[in-house]
Amino acid sequence: MTRLLPRLARGRANLVIGGSLVLLLALLAIFGPMLAPYDPLKLNLRAVLKAPSASHLFGADEFGRDVLSRLIYGARTTGWIALATVAIAVTLGLLFGIVAGFLRGWTDRILMILNDSLLAFPGLLLALFIMAISGASREALILALSVAYMPAVVRVARASVLSVREREYIEASRVMGNSELVTMVRHVLPNCMAPITVLATTMFGWVILSESALSFLGLGVPPPAPSWGNMLASGRPFITQAPYLLILPGLCISLTLLGINMLGDALRDWLDPKMQA
Amino acid sequence: MGRFLLGRLLQAVPTLIIVSAAIFFAMRLIPGDPASVMLGDLATPEQVEALRREMGLSGSLPSQYLTWLGHIFSGDFGKSISSGEHVLPLMLDRFAVSATIVVTAVVFAALIAVPAGMFAAWKQGSFADYGTVALSTLLLSIPSFWLGLMILLVFGMWLEWFPVIGYVSLGENFRQGVLFIFMPVLTLIMVELGPIVRMARASTIEVSRLEYITHARAKGLSESEVMWRHAFRNAFAPTWTLIGLILGGLLGGIAITETVFTIPGLGRLLVEAIYARDYPVVQGCILFISVIYVIVNLIVDMLYPLFDPKIAQ
Amino acid sequence: MTMKSDPSQPVIAAEHLTVTVGPGGNKLVDDASFSIRPGSMLALVGESGSGKTMAARAVLGLLPTPLIAAPGSSIRFRHTELVGIAPPALRKIRGAHIGMVFQEPMVSLNPSMTIGRQMAEGLKLHHRRLSRGEIRERCLTMLKRVSIPNPVHCLDAYPHEFSGGMRQRIMLASVMLLKPDLLIADEPTTALDTLVQRDVLDLMVELTQENGTAVLLISHDLGMVSHYARDVAVMLKGRIVEQGRSYEVLSSPQHDYTQRLVDALPRRSAGGLRSARTIKPLVELCDVVIDYAGRPRLFGRTEAKRAVDGVDLTIGEGETLALVGGSGSGKTTLGRATVGLITPTSGSIAFRGGQIMTWRGRAARLQREEMQIIFQDPYSSLDPRQRIGDIVGEPLRLDTTMDGKARDARVREVLDEVGLSQDFLRRLPHQLSGGQRQRVAIARAIARRPAFVVADEPVSALDMTVQKQILKLIRDLQDRYGFACLFVSHDLGAVEQVADRVAVMQNGKIVEVGSRDDIFDRPQHDYTKRLLNAAMLLDRTFEGAAVATAQL
Repeated sequence: MTRLLPRLARGRANLVIGGSLVLLLALLAIFGPMLAPYDPLKLNLRAVLKAPSASHLFGADEFGRDVLSRLIYGARTTGWIALATVAIAVTLGLLFGIVAGFLRGWTDRILMILNDSLLAFPGLLLALFIMAISGASREALILALSVAYMPAVVRVARASVLSVREREYIEASRVMGNSELVTMVRHVLPNCMAPITVLATTMFGWVILSESALSFLGLGVPPPAPSWGNMLASGRPFITQAPYLLILPGLCISLTLLGINMLGDALRDWLDPKMQA
Repeated sequence: MGRFLLGRLLQAVPTLIIVSAAIFFAMRLIPGDPASVMLGDLATPEQVEALRREMGLSGSLPSQYLTWLGHIFSGDFGKSISSGEHVLPLMLDRFAVSATIVVTAVVFAALIAVPAGMFAAWKQGSFADYGTVALSTLLLSIPSFWLGLMILLVFGMWLEWFPVIGYVSLGENFRQGVLFIFMPVLTLIMVELGPIVRMARASTIEVSRLEYITHARAKGLSESEVMWRHAFRNAFAPTWTLIGLILGGLLGGIAITETVFTIPGLGRLLVEAIYARDYPVVQGCILFISVIYVIVNLIVDMLYPLFDPKIAQ
Repeated sequence: MTMKSDPSQPVIAAEHLTVTVGPGGNKLVDDASFSIRPGSMLALVGESGSGKTMAARAVLGLLPTPLIAAPGSSIRFRHTELVGIAPPALRKIRGAHIGMVFQEPMVSLNPSMTIGRQMAEGLKLHHRRLSRGEIRERCLTMLKRVSIPNPVHCLDAYPHEFSGGMRQRIMLASVMLLKPDLLIADEPTTALDTLVQRDVLDLMVELTQENGTAVLLISHDLGMVSHYARDVAVMLKGRIVEQGRSYEVLSSPQHDYTQRLVDALPRRSAGGLRSARTIKPLVELCDVVIDYAGRPRLFGRTEAKRAVDGVDLTIGEGETLALVGGSGSGKTTLGRATVGLITPTSGSIAFRGGQIMTWRGRAARLQREEMQIIFQDPYSSLDPRQRIGDIVGEPLRLDTTMDGKARDARVREVLDEVGLSQDFLRRLPHQLSGGQRQRVAIARAIARRPAFVVADEPVSALDMTVQKQILKLIRDLQDRYGFACLFVSHDLGAVEQVADRVAVMQNGKIVEVGSRDDIFDRPQHDYTKRLLNAAMLLDRTFEGAAVATAQL
């Protein structure tokens, strides 16, 4: 019992802290326009590099734009890109992975060779490469990150199809006379979703990290649109004069990632009792 | 054993072919004639024509690819548009800088994180364990570029312990060199601690539940002997694979750290080439880093049987 | 090794042993007392969850983390109290004076360490003065003693290079190398093939008697215990409900639960042999050959493996044919092929005169109505995300003549037939016990009133008393609905209870077919005799117990 309690508490802590951080950021992104005190793009020459004060709670940047407003709009940018990327990567990855795992044979081999070749690039490098070819834009960024993260989904989806299809309830379904499609939809798919859910959650974090890294390098969300990554990049020359320009966006990214990671851990503990530690 | 190594080696061949082809054909997706794209807007028609011939741009796409691959194999990655230098020596120079930082960071991170993770697993459920897990989750959530900027701000700007701009190689002047790479290496160490600690802990916990660990205890071995002799080697295998992936992944993302600390490494070269639309350099760097990544993973896999004798069969 | 046995004093004596989950938590072992005299053997018998393994682990202080031996418990090894002993002192006793053999030979040896190093470890620890050469010499002698072929090579080999039986011999060798005073054997042969089980047990008895080692044997298998152990203690829910000489306990059980355990021992079912009537063939197998393709390798494939090698067999309507054999005999492959899960490489399988089709296509699906399968592992044969009602109702959804109401009624009817109440309809598989799950699997199989059911080791994952109930259920349902059954099993005890006829399979071939009584009472083939000989379950006269007593 004494050992059980902290475990329970830790599981709860992950869920509660992680969940509320993610919820908070989601609300911020959704209701951003109503909450932001200023227009995030509006220049104000009198407020250039103004330190945090009552009128600008988190200060103003090198063009006098309100940092708080830009952070709130940045959450929208980041959230939207991450949502789109994860949706695309998971849908396509699930499709390819399940097809490969279920059909086996040559389809599987060819898909896996292609997938392994994509995995042969470090993810961020692949995204960088696509951005270099297509030029910086939001759409290109979503495409690049989807391509970079899809192979991981293919892998996990295929592996779980392969393990589920060995189960005896799949054979039972066949002996019963169910068609392959019914077996697949009724028995294989639902039992593959747990690892995919965990992966999708973690991936949300990876995408946010990569998006801000690329934006930081100037190869992600193009300015003047605010994103936490490009705010860091544009604030960099003012590291001594206005350190808050660097501290705040980074803090936002870290808190988001922390929330997602904790939520991911809670989800993993919940879905996979074997990993419970 | 020999068969395993050979098999793994041959597996890398199709991967490398597809990687190179993907890079080659992707470069063709850039609108416009590859030669004039590579030379930029200021090139004269004669220069473009000369480059077309040099690049083997006549004939079908597959034959162009083979010509290009032939050049690569003879070490000819073309010339940089902006500086006119040959790409390969330029990359090798810069690679030495990146490799120093990445390898040092990964070695230190592994030396700290693997024992920490295993210790946490050993003391599973204790406060030391929860502390380690919480800390590693926290570290996992801090982006490297921001951590780098904060380290730069604190150690470079406020405390002025380390130089904030420039680079001296370790070979040139060891003491100076150490000062220059200290902050980037520290950043990368902290960034990679999180995943390694978690993996080492998880796999140790998994192994320590197996029956042969109880068997070892039943023999009369002490707890530390049980962990060291029986748990460690079996728990290390998955962590070892992760370390390989991290080593390669850091090389892929090294541009970020090098940008933060303005270090003239391969990543910086790549990013600047992208800004300048210096396509021969972009193409060379992407190919070079991918090949290194494949090779690193290959070496990691080939050493894997050291930790798991079953694989070698 | 200084204290030598005083035969009047017990080697080990546990008194009021109580194991709880944390201080004051649930009791897994409740006030158990037992003792063993030098050189004798005590068997702790009980079903899963009875606490027998935890009681044994408590002796060596090897309880998994939240479990502790509660205050007031006492375990004395000779004159040393083991409960609350300081770890360094306990480590001197572990291995050197009390050795332990584990159940799963596949996971109880370290996969990344050579056999030689693992064997030497104990010697190095407890006999510090031995030289490397002497250690090697002792290991080699011991490996020879347990009949490991090529012991020199064995020292440098890794565990994965050996079969389960060989590993268990190696395990025994490395434990007995130290000549302990007490050996704890936790289900040492449960994971092994029937034929191997007997060899390993005989070896264990020989080795322990040579060294005067006392044995604490943990087992669920009363049949085996009656053969080897002089004393037995029966555990139920953490308590020792009965203990004494094994032949007395088994021949005149006092406690209700012991009585049930004894009743669960296989007995030949009464009742006429259905195959004695003239039978109409339902399933006919003719010269069936099944090869497994080799695994693809770098160049070509590994050699193909012939699992079934020219089998002719007929199963009549309404009869139960048992297919028995050791692991790797091809019996499971053949069972799956008869319901179309595996396509034979050559030969034919006919059902009511028509060819069996593999699972693709509509016509094949129609054939399915009449055929069903029950699998061994009730944990993986039910979809974890379906409710029990849906699992049982699923085969009925393919019957277009049934509407939702009729289906629902049939599901309830079938659940009732397998002895599950209507409360189970909304439950999920993980909320059920192993026996209940197997009942669900049976309900699913008989829901469409099939003519033929393949039962693939349907009881081998279950506790003895539960086995008995499930076997009876299958036989009752068969009487009521008259379906034929191919009963695939390695367990002759179970076979004896349900079969009308028996086919014995070895290396992919049927070596003997006959009526149950012929096979059991007048076996012809050598392999059949060996199988019967190894099945100690059948020893109902408890002669073995008398032998064990006589040996003392």
